[in-house]
Amino acid sequence: MRRAALALAIIALVTLPYWIGGSYYINIASQILIWAVFALGLNVLVGYGGLVSLGHAGLFGTAGYAAAWLVAAGVGQLASGVGAIGLTVLMSALFAVLALRATGIGFLMITLALGQILWGIAYRWISLTNGDNGINVSARPMPLGLSLATPSAFYIATLMVFGLAVAAMASFVASPFGACLRGTRDQARRMTALGYDVWLIRFLAFLFSGFWTGIAGLLFCYYDQFVSPHLLTLSSSAEVLLMVISGGSGTLLGPIAGATLVVAMKTVASAYIERWNLVLGAIFVAIIMLMPEGLVPGSQRLWRWARRGRDLAAAATSR
Amino acid sequence: MSQWVVLAVNSFSFGGLLFLLSAGFSLIFGLMRIPNLTHGSLFMLGAYIGVTGLRLGLDFWSAALLSGLAMAALGGVIERFLLRRLQGQELPQVLMTLGLSFIIADLCLMEWTGDPISVSTPGALRGVVPLLGFVFPIYRLAIVLIAVVIAAALWLMLDWTRLGAMIRAGVDDAPIARVMGVPVSRLFTTVFCLGAGLAGFAGMLGAPILSVYPGLDAEMLPLALIVVILGGSGSLLGALVGSFVVGVLYNFGPALFPELAYVVLFLPMLLVLVLRPQGLFGRQSL
Amino acid sequence: MIALEARALSKSFGGLRVSTDVSFAVEAGERRLIIGPNGAGKTTLFNLITGELRPDSGSVHLLGRDITSVPSRRRAHLGLARTYQIITLFPQDTLLGNVMLALLGLSPLRWNPIVRLTSQSALLEEPREALARVGLDGIADRPLAETSYGERRRVEIAMALAQRPKVLLLDEPFAGLSIPERRQVLELLLAIPRDTTIVMIEHDMDVALEFAERITLLHFGAVIVEGTRGEVVADPRTREVYLGA
Repeated sequence: MRRAALALAIIALVTLPYWIGGSYYINIASQILIWAVFALGLNVLVGYGGLVSLGHAGLFGTAGYAAAWLVAAGVGQLASGVGAIGLTVLMSALFAVLALRATGIGFLMITLALGQILWGIAYRWISLTNGDNGINVSARPMPLGLSLATPSAFYIATLMVFGLAVAAMASFVASPFGACLRGTRDQARRMTALGYDVWLIRFLAFLFSGFWTGIAGLLFCYYDQFVSPHLLTLSSSAEVLLMVISGGSGTLLGPIAGATLVVAMKTVASAYIERWNLVLGAIFVAIIMLMPEGLVPGSQRLWRWARRGRDLAAAATSR
Repeated sequence: MSQWVVLAVNSFSFGGLLFLLSAGFSLIFGLMRIPNLTHGSLFMLGAYIGVTGLRLGLDFWSAALLSGLAMAALGGVIERFLLRRLQGQELPQVLMTLGLSFIIADLCLMEWTGDPISVSTPGALRGVVPLLGFVFPIYRLAIVLIAVVIAAALWLMLDWTRLGAMIRAGVDDAPIARVMGVPVSRLFTTVFCLGAGLAGFAGMLGAPILSVYPGLDAEMLPLALIVVILGGSGSLLGALVGSFVVGVLYNFGPALFPELAYVVLFLPMLLVLVLRPQGLFGRQSL
Repeated sequence: MIALEARALSKSFGGLRVSTDVSFAVEAGERRLIIGPNGAGKTTLFNLITGELRPDSGSVHLLGRDITSVPSRRRAHLGLARTYQIITLFPQDTLLGNVMLALLGLSPLRWNPIVRLTSQSALLEEPREALARVGLDGIADRPLAETSYGERRRVEIAMALAQRPKVLLLDEPFAGLSIPERRQVLELLLAIPRDTTIVMIEHDMDVALEFAERITLLHFGAVIVEGTRGEVVADPRTREVYLGA
């Protein structure tokens, strides 16, 4: 049944531009995919590594700004993309070296501070980043000569990258290294006694997380064709974290579900209310109080509970 | 030359304000192990409530007191009804404070609109005083004085009262303190109220200098974070030293390195993280 | 041949001396029991041997090699394994998954982010064997959350055995077990071949004494008595330590 659902989902996603009803919705779908990649990247650390970062928007923005800056400086699209991702991975390494001086709450505080530093650079180092005015990206890349200018074309390209991301994540999670990372999440002390280099495992996981965060940032840069300091705010980091925890960290489907939920809400909310931050905060509080494990595990729990109820009822009536 | 003196004075007064903000943050973090991400919002909301107090005819000091008390009350409510339900789960508590900070920020925007509100210096403290050949704004000196007085009061409380002993015990080892009969839950509420109250009071106190505007919370919170990482959690001395270091960086930074000012602000914190993760005066490791 | 040796290990936390000049040597294949009242510094000694704690002075030697400055994570690769007083297993895994993690720690495969873990048959067979040695192969695929305390204690031992250690440190392996369960664990410990040297910390005397060949008695962080089982049991200082002087 799972295979059928998966096949159905893939068909629906691939044919989306035809049935979703207009460019506006195609663009929202692209946004959801981009943020899903971002959330999947963050989930490597949060869900599988047990390390909560509130600074990932800084890495997201690093990729976006690097690409935008390189393109504006006349560097070719491919080189800009590679350069942007390379810089983001380097930045992730720097983040990791500093943040892994602590774990748990300390890690959170350090990543928060590091994200803020990057925001400060985007906002104040005006000669480099153009400050609040941001940087415009004149054109989207043309992979293999194909134009990505239309919403549908860009959506399909994004979908392919998303597919790659999901495949990479699935492979990572099922791999020995993935098992080690989860081990360090659950019993770091024991892992050391078993012969694992816990720091190095976390460091490499951070790089992997940063890589995909960078990919998402790159995608967003081309989607919006504009980067601004707003991408790197604490609010942004909080949003993507919300996607991970609302969907369910430590699962593959969770961040995707969370991204869908948050982007959908944000889109609907901005149409009717001006107060997205209020809604964001309220959802945060609600999720933490009511369904802390997130939507995906939470609904699995509900599903099992419902089935048990149905089985009990069936058993009772069959007597 | 006088430009540097002005910057120095501003550094000290800002450091004083920051101390009032960070002392509470540091105590809360040291005792409850949660970085209270709502702290910046409490600073801002306190200032806004003080503004409303002024508009309702209160004098400046009554308004400032109102700010402090209102935020202490709000802090109590937050701790008792929201945070305590998640007792023992630090991460959800931190995320809760993050969510609350967004809610408070937007509610402030709704109530007081987006325009910055300036607050006039209280009458008695306007103007300047000549000292050692320079002129100093009286209000800024007053802030430093108030901060020092409160620092002394906090130190006395921590070192000489039973409450202070309980706080110190809790900061050292909360589970053991509980076992030894310290009412840790009530202590958490008390400290949270104290921290929140100080933050609110500081918000109003700083209003004549900083004004009150949306985004004030996002400006102040990272600074409190730097002070605590730099000075060490749960340490009053750390909060004092850290606040003045940050005060200096915050004022001299933009003057010396306009584009990298924000980075310069964080550098000592990064250095401390690499060389001495528990902070200059901290006792627990991050 | 001396498998494990501690020379003048000392450790203090602030003003509290937890280990004072502790020295002992364990022969290869020996079954050593470390006893002492609560707070005697037994687990601290294990932590010093595994490297979780750095001694203030003294040295630790494993199979003739000075490992005092070898980082904790490398000591498993040198043949050292331990179990914990408080159960520290991986709650979200099956029993097989738990033991497999023990095995993976020594394998270069642990850095591989691409292959499927479940398709590594070599990595799956050995854990099953280890679980069989402790009598749990029947429930190898059960999630840890659905096992009993006694079963979890045995998983701890299976994990340590899966590493095929040269020196095995057991920290209170009988703690919290019922009488028949203790018997069971004792049998499987006695069945471990002599190419593994075993050092055990225990509180529960009756079962542990059956196991021990030589005993080291610690009190307030120092070695008080050491010798064969008979010698230590008969020694008046042993009684003093336990019944209070």
